[in-house]
Amino acid sequence: MAWRQWTPRQWWILGGYAVATAVLFAAPLFVSDFRLNLLAKFLAFAIVALGLDLIWGYTGILSLGHGIFFGLGAYAMAMYLKLEASGGKLPDFMSWSGLKELPLFWKLFEPFGAAVALGLLIPALLALGLGFFTFRNRIRGVYFTILTQALVIIVTTLLVGQQAFTGGTNGVTGYSTLLGYSLASPDTKRVLYWVTAAALLGVFLFCRFLTGSRFGKVLRAIRDGENRVRFIGYNPALYQTVIFTVSAGIAGLAGMLFVLHVGIISPSMLGIVPSIEMVLWVAIGGRGTLIGAALGAILMNWAKSEFSTAYPEGWLFFMGALFVIVVVFLPKGVAGLFQSPPPWLNPGKLLDRVRNGGSGTRGGPLLRLLRKKDNGKSIQSVRRQAE
Amino acid sequence: MELFVLQLFNGLSISSILLLVALGLAITFGLMKVINMAHGELIMIGAYATYLTQNLFISYMPAELFDWYFVLAVPVSFGIAFLIGMVLEAGLIRFLYGRPLDSLLATWGVGLVLQQLARTIFGAPNVAVKSPAWLDGGMVVMGGTLLPYKRLFIIALVIACLVAMYLYIYRSNEGRRMRAVMQNREMAACLGISTRRVDRMTFAIGSGIAGIAGCALTLLGPIGPSLGTYYIVDAFMVVVLGGVGKLVGTILGATGIGMFNTMFEYWTNASLGKVLVFVCIVAFLQWKPSGFVAMRTRSLD
Repeated sequence: MAWRQWTPRQWWILGGYAVATAVLFAAPLFVSDFRLNLLAKFLAFAIVALGLDLIWGYTGILSLGHGIFFGLGAYAMAMYLKLEASGGKLPDFMSWSGLKELPLFWKLFEPFGAAVALGLLIPALLALGLGFFTFRNRIRGVYFTILTQALVIIVTTLLVGQQAFTGGTNGVTGYSTLLGYSLASPDTKRVLYWVTAAALLGVFLFCRFLTGSRFGKVLRAIRDGENRVRFIGYNPALYQTVIFTVSAGIAGLAGMLFVLHVGIISPSMLGIVPSIEMVLWVAIGGRGTLIGAALGAILMNWAKSEFSTAYPEGWLFFMGALFVIVVVFLPKGVAGLFQSPPPWLNPGKLLDRVRNGGSGTRGGPLLRLLRKKDNGKSIQSVRRQAE
Repeated sequence: MELFVLQLFNGLSISSILLLVALGLAITFGLMKVINMAHGELIMIGAYATYLTQNLFISYMPAELFDWYFVLAVPVSFGIAFLIGMVLEAGLIRFLYGRPLDSLLATWGVGLVLQQLARTIFGAPNVAVKSPAWLDGGMVVMGGTLLPYKRLFIIALVIACLVAMYLYIYRSNEGRRMRAVMQNREMAACLGISTRRVDRMTFAIGSGIAGIAGCALTLLGPIGPSLGTYYIVDAFMVVVLGGVGKLVGTILGATGIGMFNTMFEYWTNASLGKVLVFVCIVAFLQWKPSGFVAMRTRSLD
């Protein structure tokens, strides 16, 4: 049995995950309805963060276009909800814009199953298209990032410009029911919360499976040395395209859940700024660790909802500073601190260093002085180890 | 025919603005491989510098000299943006060389702070800059087509900047050092070039050109704290399309995007036009993945 050989640390981690999952699912019991709705929204954001982490943290490709994939999923669900709320009539904003009958592509979103499938497929296919045409030509790194950002701009201008079909700047809002259940009732909201929590858990486990597999190993290899991977005989473009598509599909799923909790989707929620904020969540939580990305999204959004209404100006300064601090001082995010804590955060190790003289060349003059008398011994021990 | 000339002029005008915005990026991104997302905010700073110059002229100079404030505003915008760029390089960018994606995120944060700072100092609403009287009106060509002097002035300004850039990069000692560092940093350092100094100067010049772009943008409409964000992504597209490392690529990229944008927007509408331009860019990159003009190199990455 593999678990018999687990170290205490692994047991602690397993216990931590179990407690976190229990708290996640039990939250409706001790949280007010208003807070539950907020939390549900944050969980949806955590799902996007997981998707983004797959591509950025594990494959090393920065996408600034995840707001769009998130938004397209959200629009798919919003169109379904709008059609159900309109009850066979033309949605209100269409008649305001002078449309006489429902556009053909809206009819696709009438059945719930089709809307959900399209909410996953449209972002995934868009990502597949962009990914195929760019990775194939070895367009990567910053060039790819800029292209995704341009994609954000054109999709938002398209959504704003085609007012009759998309609701323009106002977006799509004014829903009443989902499959016949009222969206306003607390019971429905609680069930939707559990659905979102289950989705988060499912996506988390899926990402864990993916990153732990052979496929995930190749992804990390591409991140660390794309050309070597190519020379070994893999085709990086294939892996990059697949993971970009999967990641966009996950973002679409998150968008669908988001609309159910928030009740509106508009172009301002999927533009350039929201897209780059998503990247910030992952960066702060810790790129390359799944739990870091998810917790980063939840905590950042919680902080935003607490502070941004009270100090709207201060919040923007804070966020700007956070970008700089995280990139310069914490490139692995908060999760990186736990994986390999810097000496100033680990008193035990610091003490150890002072006593034993440490092994590195870092440290202040005092440390170096203390270290000096053991120098000969430590060099010998290093030699012994090397042999 | 008139319509054609008008469209051609509009395309040229958009291209010239794009080029002015992208020129600074071509230096910081093309030569230094730093993605400066705060470039848009440096443009904004240039625009506000022009606004301040105008206000100073109104307060302290005789009214008949007012029209000449713009002549002074160009070097002032350049100077202020240049200094801020220098501070930015010394305080942040130099820790991020070799990490382009990280530089993107960090400078985005800087841009956010600068934008909010402008909002705190100048207020959130847009402010208007009164353009000098000698730029009002326009030139009439081919019986009825009016070419505004402001747009012509911007085109002339772009040409002047291009010539100055060319002379600096290809005909001066400083420029030669700059090219040497960008081509082979270690070798240049061995030959006694202070690479730190060159990095700082290069980044500051890129920033200064952003300041000039901001100054030019005040001629086209009111300015606000988020002025730069409208242009930044298009400008990056110019650099991607044009290829990095040579000025001529940037010129081609800007002209291409500007002309096609005008053409498509005339045929369809503003939002569909942008989609078509994007599709064209992706299609073009299938043919030339590294843009119009690529530096020939044997290195792998």
